Amino acid sequence: MAPLFKKPKYSTIKGVTTKKEIPEGLWLKCESCNEVVHKDDLESNLNVCPKCDFHNPITWQERVELLTDSGSFKPQDVDMSSVDPLKFTGTASYKDKIAENQTKSGIRDAVVCGAATLDERPFALGVMEFRFLGASMGSVVGEKVTRLAELATDRRVPLVLVTASGGARMYEGLYSLMQMAKTSGAVGRHHGAGLPYIVIMSHPTTGGVTASFASLGDIIMAEPGALIGFAGPRVIKQTTQATLPEGFQTAEFLKSKGFIDRIVARKNLRQELSLLLGYLS
Amino acid sequence: MSRRHVLDFERPIYELEQKVDELERFGRLNDVDVDEGLERLQEQIDVAKKEVYQNLSPWQRVQLARHIERPYTLDYIERICTDFLELNGDRHFSNDEALVGGFARIGDRRVMIIGQQKGRNPEDRQRRHHGSMLPEGYRKALRLMKLADKARLPIISLIDTQGAFPGIDSEERHIGEAIAVNLREMFTLNVPVIVIVIGEGGSGGALGIGVGNRVLLMENSYYSVITPEGCAAILWKDANAKEQAAEALKLTGHDLLELELIDGIIHEPEGGANQDYDAAATAIKTAILEQLQQFDGKSADELRAERYEKFRRLGTIAE
Repeated sequence: MAPLFKKPKYSTIKGVTTKKEIPEGLWLKCESCNEVVHKDDLESNLNVCPKCDFHNPITWQERVELLTDSGSFKPQDVDMSSVDPLKFTGTASYKDKIAENQTKSGIRDAVVCGAATLDERPFALGVMEFRFLGASMGSVVGEKVTRLAELATDRRVPLVLVTASGGARMYEGLYSLMQMAKTSGAVGRHHGAGLPYIVIMSHPTTGGVTASFASLGDIIMAEPGALIGFAGPRVIKQTTQATLPEGFQTAEFLKSKGFIDRIVARKNLRQELSLLLGYLS
Repeated sequence: MSRRHVLDFERPIYELEQKVDELERFGRLNDVDVDEGLERLQEQIDVAKKEVYQNLSPWQRVQLARHIERPYTLDYIERICTDFLELNGDRHFSNDEALVGGFARIGDRRVMIIGQQKGRNPEDRQRRHHGSMLPEGYRKALRLMKLADKARLPIISLIDTQGAFPGIDSEERHIGEAIAVNLREMFTLNVPVIVIVIGEGGSGGALGIGVGNRVLLMENSYYSVITPEGCAAILWKDANAKEQAAEALKLTGHDLLELELIDGIIHEPEGGANQDYDAAATAIKTAILEQLQQFDGKSADELRAERYEKFRRLGTIAE
Protein backbone atom coordinates (compact mmCIF):
# COMPACT_ATOMS: atom_id res chain seq x y z
CA MET A 1 0.00 0.00 0.00
CA ALA A 2 1.26 3.45 -0.87
CA PRO A 3 2.01 5.67 2.11
CA LEU A 4 -1.31 7.12 3.18
CA PHE A 5 0.08 10.21 4.79
CA LYS A 6 2.62 12.51 3.35
CA LYS A 7 2.88 15.63 5.44
CA PRO A 8 4.49 15.90 8.87
CA LYS A 9 1.88 16.66 11.48
CA TYR A 10 4.26 16.91 14.39
CA SER A 11 6.05 20.11 15.19
CA THR A 12 9.69 20.10 14.31
CA ILE A 13 11.87 20.33 17.38
CA LYS A 14 14.44 23.05 17.23
CA GLY A 15 17.24 21.37 19.13
CA VAL A 16 17.38 18.37 16.84
CA THR A 17 17.22 20.12 13.49
CA THR A 18 20.28 22.22 14.24
CA LYS A 19 22.46 19.10 14.35
CA LYS A 20 23.93 18.86 10.89
CA GLU A 21 23.82 15.08 10.56
CA ILE A 22 20.03 15.04 10.87
CA PRO A 23 18.21 16.51 7.87
CA GLU A 24 15.61 19.10 8.81
CA GLY A 25 12.09 17.86 9.58
CA LEU A 26 12.89 14.15 9.73
CA TRP A 27 12.57 13.91 13.48
CA LEU A 28 9.41 15.08 15.14
CA LYS A 29 8.16 15.42 18.69
CA CYS A 30 4.86 13.86 19.78
CA GLU A 31 2.64 16.54 21.26
CA SER A 32 1.35 14.07 23.85
CA CYS A 33 4.38 12.15 25.18
CA ASN A 34 7.12 14.50 23.92
CA GLU A 35 9.10 11.56 22.58
CA VAL A 36 11.14 12.11 19.44
CA VAL A 37 9.77 10.03 16.58
CA HIS A 38 11.01 9.50 13.04
CA LYS A 39 8.71 10.99 10.43
CA ASP A 40 8.52 7.76 8.44
CA ASP A 41 7.49 5.78 11.52
CA LEU A 42 4.64 8.18 12.06
CA GLU A 43 3.46 8.20 8.49
CA SER A 44 3.43 4.46 8.21
CA ASN A 45 1.38 4.42 11.42
CA LEU A 46 -1.47 6.74 10.27
CA ASN A 47 0.06 9.58 12.26
CA VAL A 48 -0.42 7.69 15.50
CA CYS A 49 2.55 7.96 17.84
CA PRO A 50 4.29 4.54 17.95
CA LYS A 51 5.55 5.32 21.47
CA CYS A 52 2.33 6.40 23.26
CA ASP A 53 -0.45 5.65 20.75
CA PHE A 54 -1.59 9.27 20.70
CA HIS A 55 -3.80 9.92 17.66
CA ASN A 56 -2.53 13.14 16.16
CA PRO A 57 -4.80 15.14 13.88
CA ILE A 58 -4.72 14.16 10.21
CA THR A 59 -5.76 16.21 7.20
CA TRP A 60 -9.19 15.98 5.63
CA GLN A 61 -7.71 14.28 2.56
CA GLU A 62 -6.17 11.60 4.72
CA ARG A 63 -9.44 11.14 6.57
CA VAL A 64 -11.45 10.84 3.36
CA GLU A 65 -8.95 8.32 2.02
CA LEU A 66 -9.20 6.36 5.26
CA LEU A 67 -13.02 6.19 5.32
CA THR A 68 -14.24 6.00 1.73
CA ASP A 69 -13.94 3.95 -1.44
CA SER A 70 -11.20 5.40 -3.57
CA GLY A 71 -12.53 8.18 -5.80
CA SER A 72 -16.07 7.96 -4.41
CA PHE A 73 -16.05 11.20 -2.42
CA LYS A 74 -17.94 14.01 -4.20
CA PRO A 75 -17.37 17.21 -2.24
CA GLN A 76 -20.09 19.86 -2.27
CA ASP A 77 -20.08 23.61 -1.51
CA VAL A 78 -16.31 23.70 -1.95
CA ASP A 79 -16.28 27.42 -2.76
CA MET A 80 -18.39 28.51 0.18
CA SER A 81 -16.45 31.08 2.12
CA SER A 82 -16.80 33.21 5.24
CA VAL A 83 -17.63 36.87 5.07
CA ASP A 84 -16.98 39.27 7.90
CA PRO A 85 -20.53 40.06 9.05
CA LEU A 86 -19.54 42.05 12.14
CA LYS A 87 -16.61 43.80 10.44
CA PHE A 88 -14.75 42.47 13.42
CA THR A 89 -12.23 44.88 14.76
CA GLY A 90 -9.71 43.41 17.12
CA THR A 91 -6.02 42.77 17.26
CA ALA A 92 -6.17 41.14 13.84
CA SER A 93 -8.81 41.46 11.15
CA TYR A 94 -11.04 38.43 10.57
CA LYS A 95 -10.69 38.84 6.81
CA ASP A 96 -6.90 38.52 7.06
CA LYS A 97 -7.24 35.45 9.29
CA ILE A 98 -9.52 33.79 6.77
CA ALA A 99 -7.24 34.58 3.84
CA GLU A 100 -4.20 33.33 5.73
CA ASN A 101 -5.92 30.05 6.68
CA GLN A 102 -7.24 29.50 3.17
CA THR A 103 -3.75 29.80 1.75
CA LYS A 104 -2.25 27.60 4.45
CA SER A 105 -4.84 24.82 4.20
CA GLY A 106 -5.93 24.93 0.57
CA ILE A 107 -9.60 24.85 1.61
CA ARG A 108 -12.12 27.69 2.03
CA ASP A 109 -13.25 26.90 5.58
CA ALA A 110 -12.99 24.34 8.37
CA VAL A 111 -15.20 21.52 7.11
CA VAL A 112 -15.26 19.42 3.94
CA CYS A 113 -18.56 17.72 3.08
CA GLY A 114 -19.84 15.45 0.38
CA ALA A 115 -21.43 12.20 -0.73
CA ALA A 116 -19.29 9.08 -0.64
CA THR A 117 -19.39 5.31 -0.49
CA LEU A 118 -17.62 2.79 1.69
CA ASP A 119 -17.62 -0.81 0.50
CA GLU A 120 -20.16 0.48 -2.01
CA ARG A 121 -22.63 1.65 0.62
CA PRO A 122 -23.59 5.31 0.05
CA PHE A 123 -23.42 7.83 2.88
CA ALA A 124 -22.90 11.54 3.50
CA LEU A 125 -19.54 12.45 5.00
CA GLY A 126 -18.34 15.62 6.71
CA VAL A 127 -14.77 16.03 7.96
CA MET A 128 -13.67 18.93 10.10
CA GLU A 129 -10.19 20.29 9.51
CA PHE A 130 -8.53 21.43 12.72
CA ARG A 131 -5.76 23.27 10.87
CA PHE A 132 -8.29 25.83 9.66
CA LEU A 133 -8.72 28.28 12.55
CA GLY A 134 -8.96 25.41 15.03
CA ALA A 135 -12.01 24.11 13.13
CA SER A 136 -14.09 26.74 14.85
CA MET A 137 -17.74 26.87 13.78
CA GLY A 138 -18.88 29.99 11.99
CA SER A 139 -21.56 30.46 9.35
CA VAL A 140 -19.78 28.37 6.71
CA VAL A 141 -19.23 25.34 8.93
CA GLY A 142 -22.84 25.64 10.13
CA GLU A 143 -24.25 25.97 6.62
CA LYS A 144 -22.16 23.15 5.15
CA VAL A 145 -23.00 20.70 7.93
CA THR A 146 -26.67 21.69 7.59
CA ARG A 147 -26.63 21.11 3.81
CA LEU A 148 -24.87 17.80 4.31
CA ALA A 149 -27.60 16.68 6.73
CA GLU A 150 -30.19 17.83 4.18
CA LEU A 151 -28.43 15.87 1.43
CA ALA A 152 -28.41 12.77 3.62
CA THR A 153 -32.11 13.25 4.39
CA ASP A 154 -33.03 13.76 0.72
CA ARG A 155 -31.08 10.72 -0.43
CA ARG A 156 -32.12 8.69 2.61
CA VAL A 157 -28.53 7.72 3.45
CA PRO A 158 -26.61 7.60 6.74
CA LEU A 159 -24.84 10.76 7.92
CA VAL A 160 -21.26 10.48 9.17
CA LEU A 161 -19.37 13.37 10.73
CA VAL A 162 -15.75 13.33 11.82
CA THR A 163 -15.55 16.12 14.35
CA ALA A 164 -12.76 18.31 15.68
CA SER A 165 -13.25 21.84 16.91
CA GLY A 166 -11.99 24.47 19.29
CA GLY A 167 -15.57 25.77 19.57
CA ALA A 168 -17.54 28.65 18.14
CA ARG A 169 -15.88 31.23 15.91
CA MET A 170 -15.82 34.42 17.98
CA TYR A 171 -15.23 36.65 14.96
CA GLU A 172 -18.77 35.99 13.75
CA GLY A 173 -20.38 36.72 17.11
CA LEU A 174 -23.98 35.58 17.53
CA TYR A 175 -24.07 34.24 13.95
CA SER A 176 -21.66 31.56 15.15
CA LEU A 177 -23.80 30.68 18.14
CA MET A 178 -26.87 30.32 15.94
CA GLN A 179 -25.10 27.66 13.86
CA MET A 180 -25.47 25.36 16.87
CA ALA A 181 -29.24 25.61 16.60
CA LYS A 182 -29.28 25.40 12.80
CA THR A 183 -27.12 22.27 12.58
CA SER A 184 -28.98 20.56 15.44
CA GLY A 185 -32.28 21.28 13.71
CA ALA A 186 -31.06 19.80 10.42
CA VAL A 187 -29.61 16.73 12.10
CA GLY A 188 -32.94 16.49 13.94
CA ARG A 189 -34.83 16.31 10.63
CA HIS A 190 -32.51 13.53 9.46
CA HIS A 191 -33.18 11.77 12.77
CA GLY A 192 -36.92 12.37 12.36
CA ALA A 193 -36.79 10.67 8.96
CA GLY A 194 -35.56 7.53 10.71
CA LEU A 195 -32.05 7.71 9.29
CA PRO A 196 -28.83 6.77 11.12
CA TYR A 197 -26.21 9.28 12.18
CA ILE A 198 -22.67 8.31 13.17
CA VAL A 199 -20.22 10.68 14.85
CA ILE A 200 -16.50 10.03 15.00
CA MET A 201 -14.92 12.38 17.52
CA SER A 202 -11.28 13.19 16.91
CA HIS A 203 -8.86 15.24 18.97
CA PRO A 204 -9.98 17.78 20.10
CA THR A 205 -13.79 18.16 19.96
CA THR A 206 -14.95 20.95 22.24
CA GLY A 207 -17.26 23.93 22.78
CA GLY A 208 -20.22 24.72 20.55
CA VAL A 209 -19.63 21.74 18.28
CA THR A 210 -19.80 19.39 21.28
CA ALA A 211 -22.96 21.18 22.42
CA SER A 212 -24.67 20.71 19.05
CA PHE A 213 -24.41 18.24 16.17
CA ALA A 214 -21.38 16.30 17.50
CA SER A 215 -23.33 15.05 20.53
CA LEU A 216 -26.41 13.95 18.59
CA GLY A 217 -25.10 10.80 16.90
CA ASP A 218 -27.01 7.53 17.21
CA ILE A 219 -23.53 6.09 17.45
CA ILE A 220 -20.70 8.13 18.93
CA MET A 221 -17.19 6.81 18.40
CA ALA A 222 -13.96 8.47 19.43
CA GLU A 223 -10.29 8.08 18.68
CA PRO A 224 -8.08 7.06 21.63
CA GLY A 225 -6.95 9.90 23.85
CA ALA A 226 -9.07 12.53 22.11
CA LEU A 227 -9.93 15.56 24.24
CA ILE A 228 -13.71 15.87 24.28
CA GLY A 229 -15.74 18.35 26.29
CA PHE A 230 -17.84 21.49 26.37
CA ALA A 231 -15.97 23.89 28.68
CA GLY A 232 -12.19 24.01 28.54
CA PRO A 233 -10.28 22.42 31.43
CA ARG A 234 -8.67 25.75 32.32
CA VAL A 235 -12.05 27.48 32.69
CA ILE A 236 -13.36 24.62 34.84
CA LYS A 237 -10.31 24.78 37.07
CA GLN A 238 -10.63 28.55 37.44
CA THR A 239 -14.35 28.51 38.16
CA THR A 240 -14.53 25.60 40.55
CA GLN A 241 -11.02 25.69 42.07
CA ALA A 242 -11.19 21.91 41.87
CA THR A 243 -8.46 19.44 41.01
CA LEU A 244 -9.40 17.77 37.76
CA PRO A 245 -9.53 13.97 37.89
CA GLU A 246 -6.95 11.89 36.03
CA GLY A 247 -7.81 11.62 32.36
CA PHE A 248 -10.64 14.17 32.66
CA GLN A 249 -12.33 14.95 29.33
CA THR A 250 -10.54 12.22 27.42
CA ALA A 251 -12.42 9.81 25.18
CA GLU A 252 -11.72 7.03 27.71
CA PHE A 253 -13.10 9.10 30.60
CA LEU A 254 -16.26 9.88 28.66
CA LYS A 255 -16.74 6.27 27.67
CA SER A 256 -16.64 5.28 31.33
CA LYS A 257 -19.25 8.01 31.99
CA GLY A 258 -21.57 6.57 29.37
CA PHE A 259 -21.26 9.09 26.57
CA ILE A 260 -19.23 7.20 23.97
CA ASP A 261 -20.12 3.89 22.35
CA ARG A 262 -16.69 2.83 21.20
CA ILE A 263 -13.11 3.99 21.24
CA VAL A 264 -11.62 2.98 17.94
CA ALA A 265 -7.96 2.97 16.96
CA ARG A 266 -7.40 4.73 13.67
CA LYS A 267 -6.16 1.58 11.99
CA ASN A 268 -9.52 -0.09 12.69
CA LEU A 269 -11.74 2.86 11.89
CA ARG A 270 -12.47 2.00 8.27
CA GLN A 271 -13.48 -1.53 9.07
CA GLU A 272 -15.66 -0.48 12.01
CA LEU A 273 -17.41 2.20 10.01
CA SER A 274 -18.09 -0.29 7.25
CA LEU A 275 -19.54 -2.76 9.76
CA LEU A 276 -21.72 -0.06 11.30
CA LEU A 277 -23.00 1.13 7.95
CA GLY A 278 -23.88 -2.49 7.25
CA TYR A 279 -25.88 -2.81 10.45
CA LEU A 280 -27.58 0.54 10.03
CA SER A 281 -28.24 0.75 6.29
CA MET B 1 -36.86 51.90 43.91
CA SER B 2 -34.02 53.76 45.53
CA ARG B 3 -30.59 53.50 44.04
CA ARG B 4 -28.24 51.37 46.10
CA HIS B 5 -25.63 49.95 43.80
CA VAL B 6 -23.97 52.55 41.59
CA LEU B 7 -22.04 51.60 38.45
CA ASP B 8 -18.87 53.52 37.57
CA PHE B 9 -20.46 55.42 34.69
CA GLU B 10 -23.43 56.43 36.87
CA ARG B 11 -21.23 58.40 39.29
CA PRO B 12 -22.05 61.84 37.82
CA ILE B 13 -25.76 61.20 38.41
CA TYR B 14 -25.15 59.77 41.86
CA GLU B 15 -23.05 62.77 42.91
CA LEU B 16 -25.83 65.16 41.90
CA GLU B 17 -28.34 63.07 43.81
CA GLN B 18 -26.13 63.27 46.86
CA LYS B 19 -26.08 67.04 46.50
CA VAL B 20 -29.87 67.02 46.52
CA ASP B 21 -29.82 65.08 49.79
CA GLU B 22 -27.33 67.50 51.29
CA LEU B 23 -29.28 70.54 50.20
CA GLU B 24 -32.52 69.14 51.55
CA ARG B 25 -30.84 68.45 54.91
CA PHE B 26 -29.37 71.92 54.96
CA GLY B 27 -32.79 73.44 54.27
CA ARG B 28 -34.41 71.39 56.98
CA LEU B 29 -31.78 72.12 59.62
CA ASN B 30 -31.59 75.84 58.92
CA ASP B 31 -35.24 76.26 58.05
CA VAL B 32 -34.54 78.01 54.76
CA ASP B 33 -36.22 77.68 51.40
CA VAL B 34 -33.97 75.63 49.06
CA ASP B 35 -36.60 74.89 46.40
CA GLU B 36 -34.87 76.94 43.77
CA GLY B 37 -31.58 75.13 44.30
CA LEU B 38 -33.30 71.77 44.30
CA GLU B 39 -35.01 72.60 41.05
CA ARG B 40 -31.72 73.54 39.45
CA LEU B 41 -30.12 70.33 40.68
CA GLN B 42 -33.02 68.27 39.36
CA GLU B 43 -32.54 69.86 35.95
CA GLN B 44 -28.88 68.93 36.08
CA ILE B 45 -29.80 65.37 37.06
CA ASP B 46 -32.20 65.11 34.14
CA VAL B 47 -29.49 66.30 31.77
CA ALA B 48 -26.91 63.95 33.27
CA LYS B 49 -29.27 60.96 33.04
CA LYS B 50 -30.03 61.74 29.44
CA GLU B 51 -26.35 62.07 28.71
CA VAL B 52 -25.46 58.77 30.39
CA TYR B 53 -28.40 56.52 29.63
CA GLN B 54 -29.00 57.57 26.05
CA ASN B 55 -25.39 56.98 25.09
CA LEU B 56 -24.68 53.67 26.75
CA SER B 57 -21.70 51.81 25.32
CA PRO B 58 -21.98 48.05 24.74
CA TRP B 59 -19.85 47.39 27.82
CA GLN B 60 -22.07 49.66 29.93
CA ARG B 61 -25.10 47.67 28.80
CA VAL B 62 -23.28 44.48 29.81
CA GLN B 63 -22.79 46.06 33.23
CA LEU B 64 -26.49 46.88 33.45
CA ALA B 65 -27.38 43.36 32.31
CA ARG B 66 -25.31 42.05 35.23
CA HIS B 67 -26.49 44.67 37.72
CA ILE B 68 -26.89 42.95 41.08
CA GLU B 69 -30.24 44.69 41.55
CA ARG B 70 -31.55 43.74 38.13
CA PRO B 71 -34.87 41.86 38.26
CA TYR B 72 -34.49 38.11 37.77
CA THR B 73 -36.89 35.51 36.40
CA LEU B 74 -38.76 35.03 39.68
CA ASP B 75 -39.19 38.82 40.07
CA TYR B 76 -40.93 38.86 36.71
CA ILE B 77 -42.98 35.75 37.40
CA GLU B 78 -44.18 37.30 40.66
CA ARG B 79 -45.31 40.44 38.80
CA ILE B 80 -46.68 39.13 35.51
CA CYS B 81 -48.08 35.72 36.40
CA THR B 82 -51.01 34.50 38.43
CA ASP B 83 -51.59 30.92 39.56
CA PHE B 84 -47.90 30.05 39.11
CA LEU B 85 -47.46 26.35 39.77
CA GLU B 86 -43.76 25.56 39.99
CA LEU B 87 -42.60 22.17 38.73
CA ASN B 88 -39.29 20.58 39.67
CA GLY B 89 -36.70 18.07 38.60
CA ASP B 90 -35.45 16.32 35.48
CA ARG B 91 -36.77 12.86 36.51
CA HIS B 92 -33.29 11.44 36.08
CA PHE B 93 -30.84 12.95 38.48
CA SER B 94 -31.72 16.11 40.34
CA ASN B 95 -33.54 19.43 40.47
CA ASP B 96 -31.35 22.20 39.10
CA GLU B 97 -32.55 25.42 40.68
CA ALA B 98 -30.64 27.54 38.18
CA LEU B 99 -33.71 26.88 36.04
CA VAL B 100 -37.18 27.51 37.40
CA GLY B 101 -40.41 26.83 35.62
CA GLY B 102 -44.02 25.85 35.78
CA PHE B 103 -47.56 26.48 34.65
CA ALA B 104 -48.78 30.05 34.94
CA ARG B 105 -51.35 32.48 33.72
CA ILE B 106 -50.34 35.73 32.06
CA GLY B 107 -53.35 37.98 31.53
CA ASP B 108 -55.97 35.61 30.12
CA ARG B 109 -53.36 33.22 28.68
CA ARG B 110 -52.30 29.93 30.20
CA VAL B 111 -48.63 29.24 29.53
CA MET B 112 -45.58 27.26 30.56
CA ILE B 113 -42.93 29.70 31.76
CA ILE B 114 -39.32 28.69 32.30
CA GLY B 115 -36.31 30.83 33.09
CA GLN B 116 -32.79 30.96 34.40
CA GLN B 117 -32.66 32.25 37.95
CA LYS B 118 -29.67 33.96 39.50
CA GLY B 119 -29.34 34.33 43.23
CA ARG B 120 -30.09 37.44 45.24
CA ASN B 121 -27.82 36.63 48.20
CA PRO B 122 -24.66 34.51 48.56
CA GLU B 123 -26.55 31.42 49.74
CA ASP B 124 -29.14 31.67 46.98
CA ARG B 125 -26.45 32.36 44.42
CA GLN B 126 -24.55 29.23 45.37
CA ARG B 127 -27.66 27.07 45.34
CA ARG B 128 -28.54 28.28 41.86
CA HIS B 129 -24.98 28.60 40.50
CA HIS B 130 -26.00 32.17 39.75
CA GLY B 131 -28.15 31.01 36.83
CA SER B 132 -25.53 28.75 35.25
CA MET B 133 -27.33 25.51 34.55
CA LEU B 134 -26.07 21.96 34.94
CA PRO B 135 -27.02 19.18 32.50
CA GLU B 136 -30.00 18.29 34.69
CA GLY B 137 -31.22 21.86 34.32
CA TYR B 138 -31.41 21.54 30.53
CA ARG B 139 -33.14 18.18 30.90
CA LYS B 140 -35.60 19.68 33.38
CA ALA B 141 -36.28 22.52 30.95
CA LEU B 142 -36.93 20.06 28.14
CA ARG B 143 -39.24 18.01 30.33
CA LEU B 144 -41.32 21.09 31.08
CA MET B 145 -41.36 22.13 27.43
CA LYS B 146 -42.53 18.67 26.34
CA LEU B 147 -45.21 18.89 29.00
CA ALA B 148 -46.34 22.22 27.57
CA ASP B 149 -46.42 20.59 24.14
CA LYS B 150 -48.71 17.90 25.49
CA ALA B 151 -50.96 20.45 27.18
CA ARG B 152 -50.91 22.63 24.03
CA LEU B 153 -49.66 25.62 26.01
CA PRO B 154 -47.32 28.26 24.63
CA ILE B 155 -43.83 28.37 26.15
CA ILE B 156 -42.22 31.52 27.54
CA SER B 157 -38.47 31.12 28.07
CA LEU B 158 -36.55 33.77 29.98
CA ILE B 159 -32.78 33.79 29.50
CA ASP B 160 -30.41 35.17 32.11
CA THR B 161 -27.11 33.33 32.34
CA GLN B 162 -23.44 33.93 31.83
CA GLY B 163 -23.25 30.41 30.40
CA ALA B 164 -23.76 26.77 31.27
CA PHE B 165 -22.02 25.76 34.49
CA PRO B 166 -18.38 24.88 33.79
CA GLY B 167 -17.66 22.12 36.28
CA ILE B 168 -16.43 18.57 36.59
CA ASP B 169 -19.95 17.29 37.28
CA SER B 170 -21.26 19.21 34.29
CA GLU B 171 -18.86 17.43 31.96
CA GLU B 172 -19.36 14.06 33.65
CA ARG B 173 -23.08 14.27 32.99
CA HIS B 174 -22.57 15.55 29.44
CA ILE B 175 -23.55 19.18 29.41
CA GLY B 176 -22.81 19.31 25.67
CA GLU B 177 -25.28 16.53 24.98
CA ALA B 178 -27.92 18.09 27.23
CA ILE B 179 -27.76 21.38 25.34
CA ALA B 180 -27.59 19.69 21.92
CA VAL B 181 -30.68 17.60 22.62
CA ASN B 182 -32.60 20.71 23.68
CA LEU B 183 -31.62 22.46 20.44
CA ARG B 184 -32.82 19.50 18.40
CA GLU B 185 -36.01 18.93 20.36
CA MET B 186 -37.11 22.57 20.60
CA PHE B 187 -37.55 22.51 16.81
CA THR B 188 -40.15 19.76 17.21
CA LEU B 189 -42.44 21.62 19.64
CA ASN B 190 -45.98 22.13 18.36
CA VAL B 191 -46.67 25.29 20.38
CA PRO B 192 -45.42 28.87 20.10
CA VAL B 193 -42.12 29.49 21.88
CA ILE B 194 -41.30 33.05 22.94
CA VAL B 195 -37.73 33.62 24.11
CA ILE B 196 -36.76 36.77 25.99
CA VAL B 197 -33.24 37.59 27.12
CA ILE B 198 -33.86 39.51 30.36
CA GLY B 199 -30.22 39.96 31.39
CA GLU B 200 -27.27 37.95 30.23
CA GLY B 201 -27.51 35.83 27.10
CA GLY B 202 -24.34 33.85 27.59
CA SER B 203 -23.41 31.52 24.74
CA GLY B 204 -24.57 27.90 24.44
CA GLY B 205 -25.88 27.99 27.99
CA ALA B 206 -28.40 30.62 26.89
CA LEU B 207 -29.22 29.06 23.53
CA GLY B 208 -29.96 25.74 25.26
CA ILE B 209 -33.38 27.15 26.17
CA GLY B 210 -33.42 29.66 23.32
CA VAL B 211 -34.85 28.10 20.15
CA GLY B 212 -38.01 30.17 19.77
CA ASN B 213 -40.47 31.41 17.19
CA ARG B 214 -39.57 34.83 18.51
CA VAL B 215 -36.39 35.96 20.23
CA LEU B 216 -36.56 39.32 22.01
CA LEU B 217 -34.04 41.22 24.09
CA MET B 218 -34.66 43.53 26.99
CA GLU B 219 -33.06 46.85 26.10
CA ASN B 220 -30.15 46.48 28.53
CA SER B 221 -29.44 42.82 28.06
CA TYR B 222 -26.86 41.23 25.82
CA TYR B 223 -26.65 38.06 23.77
CA SER B 224 -23.22 36.80 22.80
CA VAL B 225 -21.22 33.81 21.67
CA ILE B 226 -18.70 34.53 24.45
CA THR B 227 -18.40 36.96 27.36
CA PRO B 228 -16.51 40.16 26.55
CA GLU B 229 -13.89 39.15 29.12
CA GLY B 230 -13.44 35.73 27.53
CA CYS B 231 -13.14 37.22 24.07
CA ALA B 232 -10.66 39.84 25.31
CA ALA B 233 -8.53 37.19 26.99
CA ILE B 234 -8.37 35.07 23.83
CA LEU B 235 -8.12 37.67 21.06
CA TRP B 236 -6.43 40.56 22.86
CA LYS B 237 -4.57 38.36 25.36
CA ASP B 238 -5.75 40.91 27.90
CA ALA B 239 -8.96 40.67 29.93
CA ASN B 240 -8.89 44.45 30.31
CA ALA B 241 -9.76 44.78 26.64
CA LYS B 242 -13.33 43.77 27.54
CA GLU B 243 -14.73 47.14 26.42
CA GLN B 244 -13.28 46.76 22.92
CA ALA B 245 -14.42 43.13 22.86
CA ALA B 246 -17.97 44.12 23.87
CA GLU B 247 -17.95 46.63 21.03
CA ALA B 248 -16.56 44.17 18.46
CA LEU B 249 -18.92 41.31 19.35
CA LYS B 250 -22.06 43.33 18.46
CA LEU B 251 -23.89 41.92 21.43
CA THR B 252 -26.47 44.63 22.22
CA GLY B 253 -30.11 44.48 21.25
CA HIS B 254 -29.73 47.38 18.83
CA ASP B 255 -26.81 45.75 16.99
CA LEU B 256 -28.46 42.33 16.91
CA LEU B 257 -31.72 43.76 15.62
CA GLU B 258 -29.86 45.52 12.84
CA LEU B 259 -28.13 42.23 11.95
CA GLU B 260 -31.59 40.57 11.98
CA LEU B 261 -30.43 38.07 14.56
CA ILE B 262 -33.28 38.91 16.94
CA ASP B 263 -36.91 39.95 16.44
CA GLY B 264 -37.32 42.87 18.79
CA ILE B 265 -36.29 44.91 21.79
CA ILE B 266 -38.34 45.47 24.94
CA HIS B 267 -37.96 48.99 26.25
CA GLU B 268 -36.75 49.39 29.84
CA PRO B 269 -37.33 52.17 32.37
CA GLU B 270 -34.69 54.92 32.31
CA GLY B 271 -31.49 53.71 33.91
CA GLY B 272 -32.41 50.06 33.49
CA ALA B 273 -34.91 47.52 34.75
CA ASN B 274 -33.24 47.66 38.17
CA GLN B 275 -34.68 51.19 38.65
CA ASP B 276 -38.29 50.08 38.44
CA TYR B 277 -39.23 46.40 38.61
CA ASP B 278 -42.93 47.02 38.09
CA ALA B 279 -42.43 49.09 34.96
CA ALA B 280 -40.01 46.51 33.54
CA ALA B 281 -42.49 43.73 34.33
CA THR B 282 -45.33 45.58 32.64
CA ALA B 283 -43.19 46.03 29.53
CA ILE B 284 -42.40 42.30 29.41
CA LYS B 285 -45.99 41.31 30.01
CA THR B 286 -47.22 43.59 27.24
CA ALA B 287 -44.62 42.18 24.85
CA ILE B 288 -45.50 38.56 25.67
CA LEU B 289 -49.22 39.12 25.15
CA GLU B 290 -48.60 40.98 21.89
CA GLN B 291 -46.39 38.19 20.61
CA LEU B 292 -48.74 35.40 21.62
CA GLN B 293 -51.57 37.06 19.75
CA GLN B 294 -49.58 36.79 16.54
CA PHE B 295 -49.65 32.99 16.79
CA ASP B 296 -53.36 32.61 17.35
CA GLY B 297 -54.86 30.29 14.77
CA LYS B 298 -51.54 28.93 13.55
CA SER B 299 -51.31 25.18 13.15
CA ALA B 300 -48.63 23.04 14.78
CA ASP B 301 -47.09 22.45 11.35
CA GLU B 302 -46.86 26.18 10.70
CA LEU B 303 -45.34 26.86 14.11
CA ARG B 304 -42.67 24.20 13.65
CA ALA B 305 -41.91 25.20 10.07
CA GLU B 306 -41.63 28.90 10.93
CA ARG B 307 -39.29 28.18 13.84
CA TYR B 308 -37.11 25.97 11.65
CA GLU B 309 -36.96 28.49 8.81
CA LYS B 310 -36.12 31.30 11.20
CA PHE B 311 -32.93 29.55 12.32
CA ARG B 312 -32.23 27.86 8.96
CA ARG B 313 -31.55 31.20 7.29
CA LEU B 314 -29.18 32.53 10.00
CA GLY B 315 -25.62 32.88 8.78
CA THR B 316 -23.63 34.96 6.33
CA ILE B 317 -21.70 33.24 3.58
CA ALA B 318 -20.26 33.88 0.15
CA GLU B 319 -20.38 31.23 -2.57
